[in-house]
Amino acid sequence: MGALSRKHFLDLEFAPKEDLQKIIDTAYTFKDVLDRPIKKVPSLTGKNVVNLFFENSTRTRMSFELAEKRLSSDVTNFSASSSSLSKGESLKDTIQNIHAMKMDAVVMRHPTPGSVYQLTKFVDAVVINAGDGTHEHPTQGMLDMISIHEKFNGLEGVKVGIIGDILHSRVALSNIFGLIKMGAEITLCGPPHLIPVNVEELGVNVTYDVDELIEWADVINVLRIQRERMGLGLIPSIREYRHHFGITNERLTNHKKEIVVMHPGPMNRGVEIDSNVADSEQAIILNQVLNGVAVRMSILYLLLSPGEEN
Amino acid sequence: MKKLQSITGSLLLKDGTIYDPATGKSSVGSVLIKDGLVEEILSSGKVISADTIINCTGKVITCGFTDIHVHFREPGREDKETLETGSLAALAGGFTRVCVMPNTNPVLDTPESIRFILDRAKKLPVEICPIGAITKGQGGTELAEMGEMIKAGAVAVSDDGLPVVNGQMMKIAVEYAGQFGVPVINHAEDVLIRSDGVMNEGSLSTRLGLSGNPDISESVMVYRDLVIAEYVSGKIHVPHVSTAKSVELIRRYKKKGVDVTAEVTPHHLGLNENKLVNYDTNAKVAPPLRTDDDRIALIEALKDGTIDCIATDHAPHTIEEKESDFNHAPCGMIGLESAFGMVHRTLTEHGFDIFEIIDLLTVNPARVMGFEVLPITKGQKANFTIIDPTSKWTFTKSDIHSRSKNSPMLGTEFQGEVITTIFGKNIFS
Repeated sequence: MGALSRKHFLDLEFAPKEDLQKIIDTAYTFKDVLDRPIKKVPSLTGKNVVNLFFENSTRTRMSFELAEKRLSSDVTNFSASSSSLSKGESLKDTIQNIHAMKMDAVVMRHPTPGSVYQLTKFVDAVVINAGDGTHEHPTQGMLDMISIHEKFNGLEGVKVGIIGDILHSRVALSNIFGLIKMGAEITLCGPPHLIPVNVEELGVNVTYDVDELIEWADVINVLRIQRERMGLGLIPSIREYRHHFGITNERLTNHKKEIVVMHPGPMNRGVEIDSNVADSEQAIILNQVLNGVAVRMSILYLLLSPGEEN
Repeated sequence: MKKLQSITGSLLLKDGTIYDPATGKSSVGSVLIKDGLVEEILSSGKVISADTIINCTGKVITCGFTDIHVHFREPGREDKETLETGSLAALAGGFTRVCVMPNTNPVLDTPESIRFILDRAKKLPVEICPIGAITKGQGGTELAEMGEMIKAGAVAVSDDGLPVVNGQMMKIAVEYAGQFGVPVINHAEDVLIRSDGVMNEGSLSTRLGLSGNPDISESVMVYRDLVIAEYVSGKIHVPHVSTAKSVELIRRYKKKGVDVTAEVTPHHLGLNENKLVNYDTNAKVAPPLRTDDDRIALIEALKDGTIDCIATDHAPHTIEEKESDFNHAPCGMIGLESAFGMVHRTLTEHGFDIFEIIDLLTVNPARVMGFEVLPITKGQKANFTIIDPTSKWTFTKSDIHSRSKNSPMLGTEFQGEVITTIFGKNIFS
């Protein structure tokens, strides 16, 4: 068992607050490492980590790979496109192969909610969830939290707005579980049919008025609008979405106070967020990317180096 | 482990409570069986000798159960179940008559396929009644040969898991089937509202990140079918009702005199959506497990007769399929062996007595299908299920005789157990 209270890192819903705090604290020390000329530490020398991606991902995979390499672990990548996964049988077979290869940790991205829990039944290795369908993306949740933490010097009482397609977002759910646990307040905003049923029961507020949200929030997390959703007729048009929910410069300047703008990437510039907002001083989108590496180093380190508490 | 045996010589079921669901009467006594027939029914205290004696003190002797909704996968998926393995599962659960659904490969949509089932069934230790498809290949567009199938021995028509989406086709089917007096059984689900939903839509699906299938996907379709049945004066049977909203609609249309019957499964009576918190694919079923409010509404609907009977929707699937991820795993669970334990435990908690529970598994489903309901009489084929209503037992893999083991009820404690099932010269004990 590592330095966290649970063997795996699967979700933020059930992760104890103390663990989340420890991950944040440790991530800060790794951020310092990332500022050094030699950005590598020997913490996980000899550990084998596999990145098992059943769904396309560039950023998350790169971020994990970088974190693993900077901790000096040995990295193996496995990608299976969702088409080769047609029936789901390959999940168990692939997993058993990996089990046989005696990996120390498996980082998995999979299109089906809950698949990471199944994985823990088939392998001895430490499992880290890199996104399970529309359920959670807990490392993204952690990097968002540390980014807000950094900006506001804490999370207690910070007002966070999350805007977009909440229903199909794994980022939103991890944001909700993590931030609420750490004492932040959350309001969701998006088209009504893209807000999950009874989501208020998770302790969040909902508004369909983005200006009201901006007026209330200290920070907004702007979610990507998947173009596929528009193909399904779930969003009438880009101009209508932009008009009602787009974070435009004009909209932000209409509000007196300055708020922090986040985006988990990849962005659709000109759809959910304007270029001049994304590139402005108030956006911390690139900090999020850097924090992503630090927080993943922190999680891998805490899970894989037993007894080496900071 | 229980097994199937032939009765040799005479068999005495001694000193039990004999409950005859056809007459609704119960009395303490014994039943003597010889050559697969009821030889004599003896009142309490009469002493008689027999080659084999089963002591039934404290037990209930009643007639074998009828399950009007099972999947035995033959022909086509014999790796999941066969008519033979399904029969053993039925006997283990106290069932001596089952209606098999037509979603086989090929689909049971011709008189030849109905005769295939009946030929295979001749050698089997339970009575198997095939249900024919409503439309050719369950395709939803062309009527299957209902008349020919019924002549060959089909007892009802259903496209099973595939709802008849086209409203005009459903109207035609109910109108056409009316001349044969058999019910049209339509899987009531608006597949467009369901969309990619894999569990009940609500607070829990939001938390688990799984796509939701709202309760209205069922009730919208139930409503359409009720209106159609009323309009064409047809006969419909609503399978596996799962929501409070559907219950309310069926109640209203029954009161109006529409010829509608309905069934509920043991899993919708005894389990709710919370069974899915660990993404257990064995609890993935269509229609999905719903909220506890829905579950309570189903129990109340059984109480007031809105829902007529219990049927298992016994749906075997392979381990490989159920070990897949939640989105890809198929819907369905086996149910024959656990049915009585689950139903008895659940319904006794809600004030049902043992005789009411037996009715829901015997005469009530028989009446839905239009089967003849005869009192237990001398000379008739032996058809008995012996129940121990006080037995507390845990459902384990060794209780399963089905070829598949996909049950979310494994490890569950039940009260009330089927001890022995007798059908003709066969005894399962």
